[in-house]
Amino acid sequence: MTDVVVVGVGIHPFGRHEGVSGLEMAAVAARAALADAGVGWQEVEFAAGGSDAAGNADTTVAVLGLTGVPFINVRNGCATGGSALATAHAMLVAGAAEIALVVGFDKHPPGAFNPLPEDWGLGAWYGETGLMLTTQFFAMKIQRYMAEHGISSSTLAKVASKAFENGSRNPNAWRRRPLSEDEVLGSKMVNHPLTQYMFCSPGDGAVALVLARGERARTLARPPVSLRSVAFRTRRFGSFEVFSPSIPITAAPSPTTEAAAAAFEQAGIGPEDVDVAQLQDTESGAEVMHLAETGLCEHGEQEALIQSGATNRDGRLPVNTDGGCLANGEPIGASGLRQVHEVVLQLRGEAGERQIAGPARVGFTQVYGAPGVSACTVLSR
Amino acid sequence: MPVDFVAVAAGLIAGSAEAPELIGSECRRCGVVAFPRQGSCAACTSSVVQERRLARHGTLWTWTIQCFEPKSPPYAGAAEDFEPYGVGYVELPGEVRVEARLTEADPERLRIGMSMELVLVPAPGAGGALTYAFRPDD
Repeated sequence: MTDVVVVGVGIHPFGRHEGVSGLEMAAVAARAALADAGVGWQEVEFAAGGSDAAGNADTTVAVLGLTGVPFINVRNGCATGGSALATAHAMLVAGAAEIALVVGFDKHPPGAFNPLPEDWGLGAWYGETGLMLTTQFFAMKIQRYMAEHGISSSTLAKVASKAFENGSRNPNAWRRRPLSEDEVLGSKMVNHPLTQYMFCSPGDGAVALVLARGERARTLARPPVSLRSVAFRTRRFGSFEVFSPSIPITAAPSPTTEAAAAAFEQAGIGPEDVDVAQLQDTESGAEVMHLAETGLCEHGEQEALIQSGATNRDGRLPVNTDGGCLANGEPIGASGLRQVHEVVLQLRGEAGERQIAGPARVGFTQVYGAPGVSACTVLSR
Repeated sequence: MPVDFVAVAAGLIAGSAEAPELIGSECRRCGVVAFPRQGSCAACTSSVVQERRLARHGTLWTWTIQCFEPKSPPYAGAAEDFEPYGVGYVELPGEVRVEARLTEADPERLRIGMSMELVLVPAPGAGGALTYAFRPDD
């Protein structure tokens, strides 16, 4: 397959930015990615991007300049960034462009998301009676998982504590104060077994990537990081997903399991080769479950792995080295691309104070969310 | 049987206030059961499905406590009335796992695998209409 290379990355700091629109943040990230690549906007031959709640991505072209570039707006729930990336990757592989820009951004009000049942094919009663909450779903999913696979509350707290430690070393992160395991466990209970600091918060942010293929990729200045694969899947019947008034008694592989397997197969690289991973950590339990769903460990192995510090920055398998969603917040359209941004910095050796201790040749990313979608990538140096 | 209560929505609950039943559906091709009643089968894609009254007893498959007041909309409850409530999935043997409010909100009194029974409770902010919930019946 044609080698697609990430030649530039750019980010607008995550957090809350009063008075700055999502589109303005997207333009900042796009300009930074173009500068990082040493590419002019007029050289970009294809672009894709999106947000869930902050406007049409292609409005950014009015800010960057009206060059006639084909731009596809993507709005695909929590896989918005991953889907934009998959689109650009496919266009490059197909030979439709040599240089592409991908941008993801978002801006959400404080507090839990409050989607409306009617938008999700459900009756109004589902929301009126207090069942339409993402936090409830995440809590019930990890509650069952903990019972089946022997995961402790201490392990959930360690995931969050690690995220805030990594976030404290990331100048673009939102939550930069380290929190101990006890502080995480002692914070307000939100949805048993998950406490306040085990959850990420909806927030603002933007990320852009410049991709190139062929001769053009080789002439650009940056240390090249290959985007070896992008795979995207939706839920099958039997997968336990959010906003489900009922679920079947037979289980099925999650969309993450299938997307990860496809990404590794396309890349010709196995999970055992991964040096650094960014996994969707909407809350602590998600990171625990995704470690096994992606094939990075076996179900149940997470307890020993996390308790031993293997997923810390200096461990055998560093996970969410930029602080993940827990420390960066969750601007839906930006999160998937933030993960790729972080892996590129780690593989280049440019992650500064949070550079992993061991070798960084292969990286992996996984974004997951409503209504049961997952996008995974494999990158290598 | 005449219904002796006002339900929060039509087509969800049948039976009586004493012995309510959830109205689900069953695929006539593959037998998969769903709730609420669906017009087609998510498992085998068949559109030949029939109504099925679901079992009134099951076991708690997972649970949580909703400790903060949900945003309105879509939540219909009034802020001053909010009390934390339990939510869970109850496995109805051989049928389906149903998501529901629980009558129990004390985490010490909930455990996976415990026996549960379907009951009706006042729906938040619905002025007397009832919704379904599960109650421990150990």
